[in-house]
Amino acid sequence: MDNPRRPGAFGAEVGVEGPGATSSRIDDALLLAPPSPWLRPPMVLHRHAFPRPGSLMDLDLPPEHASFRDGVRELAQAVALPLAAEVDRDHRFPQEAVSAAAEAGLLGVLIPRQYGGLGLDALAFALCIDELARACASTSVIVDVHTSVGSEPILLFGTDEQKRRWLPRLASGELLGAFALTEPASGSDAASLKTSARRNGDGYVLNGTKVFITNIGRAGLYIVFARTGPDERAAGVSAFLVPADTPGVRIGQVFKKMGLNGSPTGELVLEDVVLPAANRLAAEGQGFAVAMRALDSGRIGISGQALGIAQAAVDEATNLMKGRARERGSPHPAGSLREVADLPTWWGGQGDDFTLADMATRLESARLLAYNAAWLCSAGRPFTRQASMAKLHCTDTAMQLALDALQLAGEEGTFSGSPFERHVRDAKALQIYEGSNQVQRIVIAREVIQ
Amino acid sequence: MNFDLSQEQVAIRDTIRELVQDRVAPRAAEIDEKAEYPKDIERLFADNGILGIPFPEEYGGISGSSVTICMGIEEIAKACATSSLILAVQALGSYPILVAGSEEQKKRLCPPLASGEKVAAYALSETGSGSDAAAMKTKAKRYGNEYVINGTKQFITGGSIAGTLVVFAQTDPEANHKGISAFVLERETSPWQAPKLEHKLGIRGSPTAQLVFDDVKVPAANRLGEEGAGFKIALAVLDRSRPGIGAQALGIAEGAFDYALAYARDRQQFGQPISSFQGIQFMFADMATQIEAARHLVFLAATKVDAKAPDLTKVASMAKLFASDMAMKVTTDCVQILGGYGYISDYPVERMMRDAKITQIYEGTNQIQRVVIARSLLK
Repeated sequence: MDNPRRPGAFGAEVGVEGPGATSSRIDDALLLAPPSPWLRPPMVLHRHAFPRPGSLMDLDLPPEHASFRDGVRELAQAVALPLAAEVDRDHRFPQEAVSAAAEAGLLGVLIPRQYGGLGLDALAFALCIDELARACASTSVIVDVHTSVGSEPILLFGTDEQKRRWLPRLASGELLGAFALTEPASGSDAASLKTSARRNGDGYVLNGTKVFITNIGRAGLYIVFARTGPDERAAGVSAFLVPADTPGVRIGQVFKKMGLNGSPTGELVLEDVVLPAANRLAAEGQGFAVAMRALDSGRIGISGQALGIAQAAVDEATNLMKGRARERGSPHPAGSLREVADLPTWWGGQGDDFTLADMATRLESARLLAYNAAWLCSAGRPFTRQASMAKLHCTDTAMQLALDALQLAGEEGTFSGSPFERHVRDAKALQIYEGSNQVQRIVIAREVIQ
Repeated sequence: MNFDLSQEQVAIRDTIRELVQDRVAPRAAEIDEKAEYPKDIERLFADNGILGIPFPEEYGGISGSSVTICMGIEEIAKACATSSLILAVQALGSYPILVAGSEEQKKRLCPPLASGEKVAAYALSETGSGSDAAAMKTKAKRYGNEYVINGTKQFITGGSIAGTLVVFAQTDPEANHKGISAFVLERETSPWQAPKLEHKLGIRGSPTAQLVFDDVKVPAANRLGEEGAGFKIALAVLDRSRPGIGAQALGIAEGAFDYALAYARDRQQFGQPISSFQGIQFMFADMATQIEAARHLVFLAATKVDAKAPDLTKVASMAKLFASDMAMKVTTDCVQILGGYGYISDYPVERMMRDAKITQIYEGTNQIQRVVIARSLLK
């Protein structure tokens, strides 16, 4: 629209630019204002000063990702969900679910097709773990650790020979992957690890004990971080591919845990484990960088687990409240705000409704943080801060929502075998592993403050 | 999937950002202290096309995209929540026309708003009709080609200064919410009175008016939609405007966060900047994470508005609820980080904390947002 009064307008057909362009019809109030920087050429704007829109923001899942998610959901609900209570109660490995996932190719989500994987991106990986966790958190952590920290480092840092040797077997599920970084005295302070890798001719000899290792005893390949020296901190750490059947590799204590009972966690003991140099991943001294990069995308996986548990909590709570409404013989009020505001006498549950509304809102915000981190990762852009934010917010959300759902369920929800109490126990681990939420806050604060 | 703003949006954002830093930020404290409507800022926005953002090009505007509107509100609110309302209310008061108006009405009513010649406002609430909008008492009676409006509206942002006002009134009081109709009043031909402005905790430069309609005549051609469609229009508009309140809350929180962060880097205690203390660092980490989560929800809702998505109502309520609760928490924590300096008016964060409070209340209290969300989950 042509408006000579406003040559600076975005929409105006502008013939004049620069200082003085608006001076003829300027408002009194503006004349009182200080000399106006907006009159400088860059501030005098008109429509064609802008680039064309380009691609528009779109926060919906791409259709191919949505259909992949639906496929995983179908599999998870059919195979993993029916096992969830049992593997938790009996502390048993959900082999049927892991095998079904392997058959569907889900153990090779990130591995390129040339190595027998599905060759999908970080977003697909997050969706896969999310759907598995919604059905069975134990299954999800097994697949998550295998796929991200247990396989991806080979993809990112391996030689062609290492990729050809290991990736097809990991993608098919013939080998389950695991990640051995933590030690009894080296948790959040990973750079202080003590496990040693001493040079031995062309190869190495490893000695030490790793702890809290997911997939312990089930993994066929452990990615082990050990000190090659001479630096005593991060720069002295190297990464190694340690097959489980290597002489000197022993499973130590397997822990009894509060939750995630279907997923074995324990000690990996290395006693004079002799490895050829071909089993070193990346250069000597690069191990810490390998670990940190693995954990960055690992955090996307943990976020996915958290979203799945949180979604399950919301699902259970929603079904519960719908069921209660049916028992009262009345559906939940629907229709105009007026009808809700009339507060029918049978409807005494606004406090519970509000809890559910807050749960769903928080879950949606967490989901977007995780998708954003995955999307950046897939695009090859920096995502460390976003992955830490996603891990922090998603796992805190899973914990809170599991507790909220349990509160809505009441005492029955605390009975063993109830999904409500299982979600609470499962969710807790997520705030701790792959970088405790305190470590995430350190990462975020460092990125934000510096 | 694409989380990035378009090139065009980035260019508009950067322009607004510069304009706001140069011209709005230096005025923010004074606007708050004097509690005077910043007419100069309104003119600045008008002259630079910012008030045209809510309108598509065919009605004289420059965008019409909710994503662009939210981005603009966010940028302005970082410096001055009052000023961000000038754009937010321009959008709110125009949405009824854009959503429910005929082509003739849009062509006639929008261009003066898009050029910034006039500002718009939206009059729904009454003394006895807040969250329960259907309980309104304002009446519109038809005489030939005109309606005559009588009644009083309460808490109308910008109602005293608007040139164009969308008013909701009962045309069939027996029919309850189905008897409400929407009208566009233009000040020259249908003048209304604004006898009282409220004194407020925050957004003090934004006039919140009681509006009195005493036999105000409005042509039937200015009725939006059919008689009785008003309530539906009111809700459809709120669905579209709520992401904007989320964006305002987001901007307020970011403004406070940026200020507190710069302060914490600078402020020395125990021989080091307080930003080196882990207790303070963790507050920043949590705030940054909550801001980021809120931003994604706000822009998810905005993309749903632009795509007219079926789950728009739920997501818009989630964005408004989460972002406004976040802003209240973040601004309160920022005051805490500044300590005694945070509490005094020489520093901007106490103003931001006062400004944040209203975002939990207006355009549907957060309790109403929870009703909306719960209803969509449980239906």
